[in-house]
Amino acid sequence: MKNVMNLQFSALSQNESFARVAVAAFIAQLDPTMDELTEIKTVVSEVVTNSIIHGYENDPEGMVYISVSIDDSTVELTIRDEGVGILDVEEARQPLFTTKPDLERSGMGFTIMENFMDEISIISHTGEGTIIRLKKQLTKSNAFCN
Amino acid sequence: MSLEIEQEIRDNILCIRLSGELDHHSAEDLKNRASTAIVKHNIRHIILNLEELSFMDSSGLGVVMGRYKQIKQNHGEMIVCAISPPVKRLFEMSGLLKIVKLELSEENALQKLGVA
Ligand SMILES: Nc1ncnc2c1ncn2[C@@H]1O[C@H](COP(=O)(O)OP(=O)(O)OP(=O)(O)O)[C@@H](O)[C@H]1O
Ligand SMILES: [Mg+2]
Repeated sequence: MKNVMNLQFSALSQNESFARVAVAAFIAQLDPTMDELTEIKTVVSEVVTNSIIHGYENDPEGMVYISVSIDDSTVELTIRDEGVGILDVEEARQPLFTTKPDLERSGMGFTIMENFMDEISIISHTGEGTIIRLKKQLTKSNAFCN
Repeated sequence: MSLEIEQEIRDNILCIRLSGELDHHSAEDLKNRASTAIVKHNIRHIILNLEELSFMDSSGLGVVMGRYKQIKQNHGEMIVCAISPPVKRLFEMSGLLKIVKLELSEENALQKLGVA
């Protein structure tokens, strides 16, 4: 059965840990492994942080929108901002690529998302915002199905 | 849950003990405190103890890389203690694993540096 949770909050860095914990708590009903939970929390942190520092350039008036959908053992995350958007998505996805080296960014956000999730889709338009969709199949509940 | 930072200086070695969550929100504080100590005490080596760290993302990688660059100028070394499997994966992805040394404990790290 499909089960959906929606969340929206101000683009403030103190909300990053809230976002991780809220998503993890919702997903907990699928009985994920500790590793899977850590991976999903890390990915939420990456996307939300990107919306705050890149999308909204730390303007707290901005809003970050998270939608989580679970179905059997599949987790689908959609995280959206209405910020500046990404100029060149292919370039942005490259490991170590960052437009903010002065802020000590490592340019690893997208690489981490790709490593920790099964599927990623990035839709971004400059001046309109960014939508990141991520999908992950949890293993444990898989075993139960078989 | 936020980040607690404990710093101890021994000769030219800065030992940083982290507990809690290292993300974008808490990274700034760590960056400021560590880089101030490095400059003020002429630090050459860093021992980073992650035993009590429960979460880290790319913001943490950024601060660690930044401090490594700082001590590299003095030909210093960075030793990371008690790294957890998920954090180790992040270090691996970013290439940090190739430039820092890993040790199980602070004592081992100090021994490696010829102290203790
Ligand atoms: N929501 C967003 N809005 C606008 N630009 C973005 C957004 N997300 C990512 N970007 C752009 O994509 C680049 C790469 O993102 P990525 O998360 O991989 O690295 P980073 O955020 O720069 O560094 P790190 O995540 O390691 O701290 C960013 O530097 C930024 O230019
Ligand atoms: Mg990022």
